[in-house]
Amino acid sequence: MSTARDNDAQRRGKAPAGERVADWADSRLGIYSLAKANMRKIFPDHWSFMLGEVALYSFIIIILTGVYLTLFFHPSMSEVVYHGPYEPMQGVRMSEAFASTLDISFEVRGGLLIRQIHHWAALIFLAAMFVHMMRVFFTGAFRKPREINWLFGFLLFFLGMLTGFTGYSLPDDLLSGTGLRFIEGVFLSVPVIGTYITMFVYGGEFPGTDLIARLYPVHVLLLPGIMLGLLVAHLILVFYHKHTQYPGAGKTNKNVVGMPLLPVYMAKAGGFFFLVFAVIAVLSAIATINPIWTIGPYRPDQVSTGAQPDWYMGFAEGLVRVMPGWEINIWGHTLVLGVFIPIVLFPVVLLAMGVYPFIESWITGDKREHHILDRPRNAPTRTAFGVAWLTAYFVMLVGGGNDLWATHFHLSINSITWFVRIGFFLGPVLAFIATRRICLGLQRRDRDKVLHGRETGIIKRLPHGEFVEVHEPLSQEQLHTLTQHEQPKPYEVGPEVDENGVARKIKGSQKLRAKLSKSYYGEQAQIPKPTREEYQEITSGHGHH
Amino acid sequence: MSSHEIPEADELPEKRESAEGAVQVSEDPFADPGMPPHEHRKQDIDERAAQRSERTVALLFTSSMVATIAFIAAYVAIPVDKYIYVFPIGHISALNFALGLTLGVALFGIGAGAVHWARTLMSDVEIADERHPIEASPEVKAKVMEDFRAGAAESGFGRRKLARNTLFGALALVPLSGLVLLRDLGPMPGTKLRHTKWAKGKLLMNQNTMQPLRPEDIIVGSLTPALPEGLEEDQHDFQTEIAKAALMLVRLQPENIKDKRELEWSHDGIVAFSKICTHVGCPINLYEQQTHHVLCPCHQSTFDLSDGGRVIFGPAGHALPQLRITVNDEGYLEAMGDFSEPVGPAFWERG
Repeated sequence: MSTARDNDAQRRGKAPAGERVADWADSRLGIYSLAKANMRKIFPDHWSFMLGEVALYSFIIIILTGVYLTLFFHPSMSEVVYHGPYEPMQGVRMSEAFASTLDISFEVRGGLLIRQIHHWAALIFLAAMFVHMMRVFFTGAFRKPREINWLFGFLLFFLGMLTGFTGYSLPDDLLSGTGLRFIEGVFLSVPVIGTYITMFVYGGEFPGTDLIARLYPVHVLLLPGIMLGLLVAHLILVFYHKHTQYPGAGKTNKNVVGMPLLPVYMAKAGGFFFLVFAVIAVLSAIATINPIWTIGPYRPDQVSTGAQPDWYMGFAEGLVRVMPGWEINIWGHTLVLGVFIPIVLFPVVLLAMGVYPFIESWITGDKREHHILDRPRNAPTRTAFGVAWLTAYFVMLVGGGNDLWATHFHLSINSITWFVRIGFFLGPVLAFIATRRICLGLQRRDRDKVLHGRETGIIKRLPHGEFVEVHEPLSQEQLHTLTQHEQPKPYEVGPEVDENGVARKIKGSQKLRAKLSKSYYGEQAQIPKPTREEYQEITSGHGHH
Repeated sequence: MSSHEIPEADELPEKRESAEGAVQVSEDPFADPGMPPHEHRKQDIDERAAQRSERTVALLFTSSMVATIAFIAAYVAIPVDKYIYVFPIGHISALNFALGLTLGVALFGIGAGAVHWARTLMSDVEIADERHPIEASPEVKAKVMEDFRAGAAESGFGRRKLARNTLFGALALVPLSGLVLLRDLGPMPGTKLRHTKWAKGKLLMNQNTMQPLRPEDIIVGSLTPALPEGLEEDQHDFQTEIAKAALMLVRLQPENIKDKRELEWSHDGIVAFSKICTHVGCPINLYEQQTHHVLCPCHQSTFDLSDGGRVIFGPAGHALPQLRITVNDEGYLEAMGDFSEPVGPAFWERG
């Protein structure tokens, strides 16, 4: 023991400063065990894995710039008369919140840049999360053991929308104030307790004098605090589960192939943070976002045309715009369905995505871990569901901008609204059918490619005059990639009678599950992949083209 | 190939590639051939190419340093109120433009330098690492279960039902304190949403001049906003009151008014309607003279002002409330009372 300690002391005496600091930290925090597991952690490489990184980095940029903005912003609805450098607003009555946003834009050097970086980064953050989520969905990366992490990500997306909304409401400008008035209408539409919620949220009647001061801590502390926690948990799980990988040579469900965190990923991912930041900085230099000085301060009796929320709220906006104005009056009470239904539908439609991993694992009964990503074509029903969901989402986005579609494309707003109403229900069905067919077509093409090789584009004339296209056999790597996926059998409820001829009790949920499972793994969902015998029969034969 | 590779006999690539190779292929053409051999980059074999890459990386880092200095120079040198014309963007703040571009270049230099370094000079040998199942081994699980049972038994949580149930009761009740504390967030709704500043005898004021409106001020074909007499911009509750009391006036030909009550409540073809949309409360501000339709620009609810403010399109659920007006002895327009129904969006107690 003592010898070991002596040796240790001897060595430590000579150790370089960095190592001594690391030793100090290790003996208090245990960092060496942490580093052993993570320093050379392997991360697979693929462009689509960068999407989540864009989201992560834009979140960090939002936090950095947001802290700067709090130094100058006054979250107050007290009224002031403007006497700053921006001429058109001279003598205009406005809230302190709006006035301080003008100050940030016109008096604080670099304030406008930071404000614009903050807002651009928020738009990019939401877009990156959305696309990242779609990548994870279509490749089946949400499967066991990553369902919880999918939920964390989903919550981040949802909270990101709320944080964005509360953020762009803070300057108290005419556009965002109109959005807050819209939220008042939403609260009022809630049955039984609607007026109470409204009074409690706004501190009285709309707009009152409390709202901005109340939104402020929600936007800068509560929501980002929760999101930061979720984000850390999300990243810890990414490390803990180890990243998924696309199928390919040498890649199995039991390994992870790629480059180590130190040094390649640190350099690439660290560098990528600066690249994302650079793009947003340049964007903020050349593209104005949310010019509140041309919009003006909020007054409840004024409004501008073409009022639009930020893009991620467009889906909710669409639901509200195209919903028929149903109101039911009974026993002296009003059910404001025209507003309440869309506002309930908004989270419900999003939640369909949120709970999908659990639904799929129930249908397939697959309880194994999956680390090799699916090619979307090999999971036609899932892919079709995803495209159907996206169709509904984008149809509603069209609905959210129906006035802009009408003015830009000279269309009747009436017909756009009806297109969206019908498209919201019909579009996903058509998209589902079309996507499944395309997936099956691609599966057939894969099968064809495996059996007959790649089309080379070279036309050969045979001695007897026939023209054929030369097909080149695939490499073993390609053959493996195209055939490595599983083709499970659908779940079956079993015979309706047991061996004694007595009718078995089959639960309705089991029947439903069998039916859904058939749509996932039945004959019409999977083109049988080529078997080794088929391949050998064709490749050993002569004159195949 | 790393030493981490898991021992799956037929998947071990070195084995197959070196020993069996083509034979294996003919047996299972679809088998995993294992990781492809590493292909050297130019920088791996040519030190001069590697040095060129290093110089590129250094150039990128240097450009970042230069851009940071330029950022500081721009911050100091360019006045905050200077505007320049930049094609094709237009007139923009010179300082914002300069700071954004220099910051962008400074960040880009670091990012591009790091990525270029990683791609050209750091090892690009792919390594395979093994995965382990996330779930614990049966031994670990058994130990945890045993520990839990021991802990639960020692706590007496299952046996001491009285203590347990009162604990549940206390934990269930204590959040009520927090709930009660929220009571003073706002007042009770009462009948607040049913009343506005309008009352019998209140004059209709022009919101720009703050002078009372006369019937001849309301011209055919335009939408005239109006405020109730006594409501002024510098009052502390102006925003809250205008959010309900905002009014719009239009002049129609009396014979064009289709609704009988509307005609009764009008004066000489002048009708006064709430400006607050009955959908979610946006102010209505678009008027189509020919059809007497008004449109809310937020969600495109359209109301027919010649037909009792009826909804003819869009998501609004009920007609715009009308204000009954008349002319007083001095020839000014005045209200004959408050709105007869709540203005703005519908709510549960509206009825």
